[in-house]
Formats: sequence, C-alpha cells, structure tokens
Amino acid sequence: MKKNESYEEFIKGIWRDNPVFAQVLGMCPMLAVTNSAINAIAMGGATFFVLVGSSFLVSSFRNWIPKQVRISCFIIIIATFVTIADYTLLALVPKVHKELGAFIPLIVANCLILGRQEAFASRYPTRLAVMDALGMATGFLIALFSLGAVREILGDGALFGVKLFSENFDPWIIMILPPGGFLTLGVILLFFNWFKYKKDEFLEDVAEAERSGS
Amino acid sequence: MNAPHETAAPSSLRLVLTLAIAGLVSGIAIIGIYESTLPTITANKARELREAVFKVLPGVSKMQALVYRDGELIAVGEPAKDEPVVYGGYDDQRDFVGYAMPAAGPGFQDTIAILYGYAPDRKLVVGMEVLESRETPGLGDKIYKDAEFVGGFRALSVEPEIVAVKKGTKSQPNEIDAITGATISSKAIVRIINETHTAWAEQLPPSGSEPELVETESAGTEAGL
Repeated sequence: MKKNESYEEFIKGIWRDNPVFAQVLGMCPMLAVTNSAINAIAMGGATFFVLVGSSFLVSSFRNWIPKQVRISCFIIIIATFVTIADYTLLALVPKVHKELGAFIPLIVANCLILGRQEAFASRYPTRLAVMDALGMATGFLIALFSLGAVREILGDGALFGVKLFSENFDPWIIMILPPGGFLTLGVILLFFNWFKYKKDEFLEDVAEAERSGS
Repeated sequence: MNAPHETAAPSSLRLVLTLAIAGLVSGIAIIGIYESTLPTITANKARELREAVFKVLPGVSKMQALVYRDGELIAVGEPAKDEPVVYGGYDDQRDFVGYAMPAAGPGFQDTIAILYGYAPDRKLVVGMEVLESRETPGLGDKIYKDAEFVGGFRALSVEPEIVAVKKGTKSQPNEIDAITGATISSKAIVRIINETHTAWAEQLPPSGSEPELVETESAGTEAGL
C-alpha cells in the first residue's frame, strides 16, 4: 500500500497532473529555451535538480518553518539550489551555460517549483514530497524535450544538432523564434485536452452501459 | 492566525531567527559552491580565450599579453587585475601577425564581450569571436551562430570606421551586412569594435614596431593547448 502511494505521487506528475500539459505551469522557461532539444534537456535537468532538492529540504523542515515566513524560506531554499546549479553548469558545461544564459537564474521565478513547495512539500512527509518532486520534474523534462525536439526538427531540420533531412528541406525559421513556441505548445495542449475529453466521454459511456445493463 | 484551531502566532523573534538562519546557511552554501567551482571556471575561461585568440588571428601559433604602461606597449606574463590588455599574436617565425583585442559593450540584453583580430599593417579586422553574450536565443545569438555574419569580419576595414548596413547591400570594404532580425545586436558588435579601436588607436605603436615576443614560463601559449 505504501509503495503504491509513493508510486502514485511519482506517476501523477508525468501524466495526469503534468506540470505543463495539465497544470500549464512554468510557461516562461517552457517557451523561452525550447528552441533546441539540448537546451530543453539542460533546462529540464537544472529544474529537476532544483525541484527535487528544494522539495526534500522544505519537507524535512516543514515543522520548523513558521507559517508566516514560509514563502520567504522557500524562496531562500530555491534560490540557493538555483545558484548551485548555475555555477555547476558554468564549470562543467560552459557551452550549454552560454546558451541558457539568463534563464538559469530565472528558475527561481518558475512557479512550478514554488507551487510544489506550497501545495505539496510543505504538507506531506519527506518520502512522498521527494516522489512528487521526482514525478513533476520528470514530467516537466518530458514536456520541455517534446517541445524542444519538435521545434528543432521543424525549425532547424535537426535533432541534437544532427541534420535529419536532405539539403532540400527548407527550415521553418519561425519554429525556433518565439512564435514557434506558442504554436507548438498550443497544438500539444490541444491534443491533451482532446484526449482528456475523449477519455471522459468514454468513461461516461461505460457508466451508462453499466447502469442500463444492471 | 486566520484559523481558530491554529496554535498561537510565533513570536517575532522566532520569525526573524528562522529567516536569519536560513539566510546564513544559504550564504555559506553559495560561498562553498562559488569557491569550489572558481578554479574550473577560471581555467575554462583562460582556455576559451587562448582558443579565441588563435581563431581571430589566422596563422598565429604563439601569443602574449600586452599592456600599455608609461607610454608604451609592453609584454607582461600576468596582466594586473582590471588593467586593459590586448594580446599580440605571432607566427612560427616569431614574427608579429596582429593584435587580438578584447572588447565589451552593451548589446540588446546584456553586455556582449568579444575578441577581434586586428592587423595594424593593413588596418583590417581579420576575425571576430563572441566570448560572452545573452542575446535573444534564435535572433540575437546569430552574432556568433550566423557563419556569414562572423565571416564578414575576416577582412573588414576600420577606416574611417565600420558601418553595419542592411543585409545584402555591402559595397565598401568598411561595411558589413547586418543580420536580418538582429539589427540591434549586429550594430552593437560594430559599435563595440569601433569604440575599442578608437580607444586603443593612440596607444598601439606604429605598424612595424610592435613589441617582440618574450618567452616566459607563465605564457604557456603554445598552439594546441
């Protein structure tokens, strides 16, 4: 039972409550750095580290942090992890850091992270909080990657910098420009909502059939 | 405080203490990560600089730092902090090829730091490399991703000054095609080079009397590093 519970916390972030596709959180990095797959992965990785680290600390200290100053405390914790991620990326992968530039410090302002602290980590035991953070961060990473991959393939004709098409392919420059982010995200959200609508319809049909059957 | 079943409000002292402790621990963690990554970051930057010097000055295999002190340009192993510095590039025969000039100035988003190669005998910019920029991904970042724009700096006259013109309209040796959609960033690069060129014009010795290559231990600037 306990195992199932933490598994459930993990899996909900990837699909049902996916931070981007279901909750529509963290749109700023989502639209800004997904012009190539590698940038999306680096951003997702940094966010993953910050979210899991912060959730662990916030949940561990949740009984010591007075309610009145909790938001300030969360921000201090998040900002510390962001700074650590910033310097680590700068030291280990200077090229990627150069690409992401201003968006790494801006992870502090990602509402997904503060939102998870306030809504989940500060109310639940550490084990569940970490599972929740792992799930949400993985969901965010997958979302960033799918957007980054689509935009790089269409806008640059490449994936991870490897050319996919012949010379005749004329890249849709607009896809790696800001409007491309909105277009791609719009189409993906459309798909998710259509899927959810179809699923609800299907469940209703099943319930209907069961009622008339009994 | 709003809900009646909640325990009494904690004292102000406790609130202040909580934040102070959180701030203190956070500060220590940040100092720790800064100190532990600083050597790697400095080494990375030094390596990048060396690679950039060899890139902007074709045919160069040795370099040394040059500073302007007491009215002349002299070679130093380790320039003092915050001292303006240029790099002299020399070929295999130890002959002077050109200067690699670090330059920086405001771009569209933030400071752009570049390095450009300058051949004083021909009064030409012979190469340009962006070291640091936070220009818009997909647009402004073409100042280092657009091979055509970067290539435009391989033979660019600085007399009377460099001018950025609309793409495809370059007709003079001192003109460069700006990037469509990144005009501000392109113009920023041009302005940075012009300003740096003017600032150093008086301090560089006349062509032909550049400082000789001084072999020092700390130079460590052999090609292939």
